[in-house]
Amino acid sequence: MPEKKVYALPNVTTPGRPVIFNDKVCNGCNHCIEVCQVDVYVPNPKKGKPPVILHPDECWYCGCCVNDCPRSGAISFNWPVQQRGYWKDKATGKVLRDNY
Amino acid sequence: MTKWHDLIEKDGIVPSWPYPIRYDQEQEIETDVLVIGGGIAGCWAAISAARTGSKVALVEKGDTIRSGAGGPGCDHWCNVPANPHSKVDPDEWAKRITERPGVLGPQQSGATRISYANGIGNQIQCREDDDTLLEMEQMGGKIRDTKDEYLGVEGRYDNTKFMFSPRASPDHTTEVTIRIWGTTFKPALKKECKRLGVKIYDRVMVTSLLTEGGVQGAKVVGATGFNNRTGEFMVFKSKAAVLATAGNYSLWVLNSELAGYNTFRSRTMTGDGMAMAWKAGAELTLMERSGILMLGTGYKHTWYGGAGDASYENIELVDANGKKLPWPTQGWPDGGAMGPPPDVRESIRKGIQTGEWALPFYGDFPAMPEAERRTTWKLMLGEESTTKIITDTYERAGFDPAKHLLQNYTFFEGTSPLQWRTVSGSGPIVDWDLKSTLDGLYIAGEQMFSHGDHSFAASTGRYAGRKAAAYAGQIREPKVSRDQVALEKARIYAPINRSDGIDWKELNAGISKTMQYFCSEFKNESLLNMGLDSLKEIEEIFVPRLYALDPHKLMRSIEDLSLLAHGQIILNASLARKASSQLLNFFRIDYPEVDPPEWNKFVTVKLVNNKVKAGEFPLNYWGNMKANYEDHNKDYAGVYKGK
Repeated sequence: MPEKKVYALPNVTTPGRPVIFNDKVCNGCNHCIEVCQVDVYVPNPKKGKPPVILHPDECWYCGCCVNDCPRSGAISFNWPVQQRGYWKDKATGKVLRDNY
Repeated sequence: MTKWHDLIEKDGIVPSWPYPIRYDQEQEIETDVLVIGGGIAGCWAAISAARTGSKVALVEKGDTIRSGAGGPGCDHWCNVPANPHSKVDPDEWAKRITERPGVLGPQQSGATRISYANGIGNQIQCREDDDTLLEMEQMGGKIRDTKDEYLGVEGRYDNTKFMFSPRASPDHTTEVTIRIWGTTFKPALKKECKRLGVKIYDRVMVTSLLTEGGVQGAKVVGATGFNNRTGEFMVFKSKAAVLATAGNYSLWVLNSELAGYNTFRSRTMTGDGMAMAWKAGAELTLMERSGILMLGTGYKHTWYGGAGDASYENIELVDANGKKLPWPTQGWPDGGAMGPPPDVRESIRKGIQTGEWALPFYGDFPAMPEAERRTTWKLMLGEESTTKIITDTYERAGFDPAKHLLQNYTFFEGTSPLQWRTVSGSGPIVDWDLKSTLDGLYIAGEQMFSHGDHSFAASTGRYAGRKAAAYAGQIREPKVSRDQVALEKARIYAPINRSDGIDWKELNAGISKTMQYFCSEFKNESLLNMGLDSLKEIEEIFVPRLYALDPHKLMRSIEDLSLLAHGQIILNASLARKASSQLLNFFRIDYPEVDPPEWNKFVTVKLVNNKVKAGEFPLNYWGNMKANYEDHNKDYAGVYKGK
């Protein structure tokens, strides 16, 4: 097992990750910070890096951060497990669920 | 890897607050018209005031570009009877939606027609929201099918390319609801504000109204606020103010596990406007009214929590065996379905138990004609407030509306407990200028005891802005009381001066519990008074322990104080209405008679010398809607023709 420093941290707020950033695509323009109504994000201390998700518990899942992102693929929505929807294939009757 | 925890784990360093801290700084801004709240109503108020040549300041807790319930988008422009394809008269339609005789329950059958709708707002909407929509187009909002993407879709008119919704239009008999591309609206409104020279103060929470001499009930001469990123204090001096902060969706429950899902609206709606209007001495009405909080389920628009659900009001519903459910058809045969009325819902519930209907139910997208399906999925759900991200997510996960049935959660999820409520449809009494009972204070959108639809917010915001500007043009320089400012400053910064105690979430939950216990399904004199005592105790014992670590948490803390004040208003208004009312979702154990004729009136509450005073207005206090509208708008110029 690789060595990893273990910190004493409180539990992650639930749900704690409304979006996932792709730091290879995101250039840290922080537009998502501006369009967020509730300031879920703050700028990353390192310039050019994706914002920090500071207040995930205040997210109302409006989606503006993803909808308005100028760089496709930089940020994607991450619905909490309890909110993921079901559907059914009409031809086969198979029940499906979002497992993206 | 950008959760806060990731950052700590990676670097072992707690990041500093990313914005400069300016608690000790103060900015003073002088303006003709001050607009409080930068959602749909606020932006329109700012634009229409600025178009008269007035100096305008617009203050918004979030960022005007996407803030407000209509910020992310909107799919319906409702009640637009002045459009060229409308089959109803605007004045008749305004009267009809105000009286709504068809929705009265059995208790109100007979001669009495009550709805507690805002007749003034409805008249303005019906007369002016067609002009408002055309102005939206001037600014760059998309209001018609200009790219011919929906040729042949029912409700589309080829000459104007307007697309009508089946909503409120059975067999096209009214054509009063237009489908719109609402995701394009808010950025266009902000751009227009900037172009017109409106000074926009984003990330600023307004905390109080300033009155002449600091006296309750006197003319409103400005407001205080602070920047929720830097903590800088702001004093706004204004000749007229427009209040547009809508309702409150956080008062009866705080559930951070379901944040964003447990209400239709964002945390920004915390009754700030109600609290500040109350303290300034404005007369408020229908404060005793509450709604049932709609729970969120799956990927769906929380607005339809437990109701239309996966149908999104446009889809036919089937059970697990593909048997069509008795959801009522909306508009026209392919226009889809609406949520069922209570008796049908009850019969379905029984049918689930007896095996007549098999769970789960599904929205049958594949059964729809291709054009209708595309319109519903792409245009309606793609443009409505928070649903674009939902349809995008479904598609990303492989959902194809041509092949797949979308699960419906109506009966699975149930409805929220009766002690979880929301507040909307209440607020300051307004006159035909949308002026409150205080000079210098105008009201727009959902803030003024009305429903919360987009075009209502837009058209009443536009109206309030021009009336406020006209008033501002007549008065002298406002004088602000420094004593009042100093008192407010002490109130705002108290949580910052403590480093330990109770945080905003705990206080919110505490206030909510009081509302759940004492102002919910069961109400009587004794319980309501216990509620007031409980909030008083919170105010005196626990609020002085409230602490905040940074300007953001300071905002949430001050929002709690808005919640507290809003709760006190609601309890007082609930004591003042000594009757039950079906339409207000208001039931008193000690006054069980439902809607007795002598209580069919607007009950009001206000503060006079910090003492609560109850009052009343007759149900149709606005008089003849058509005549009074025309009398107050002789100079109305229609669609904007300026630069």
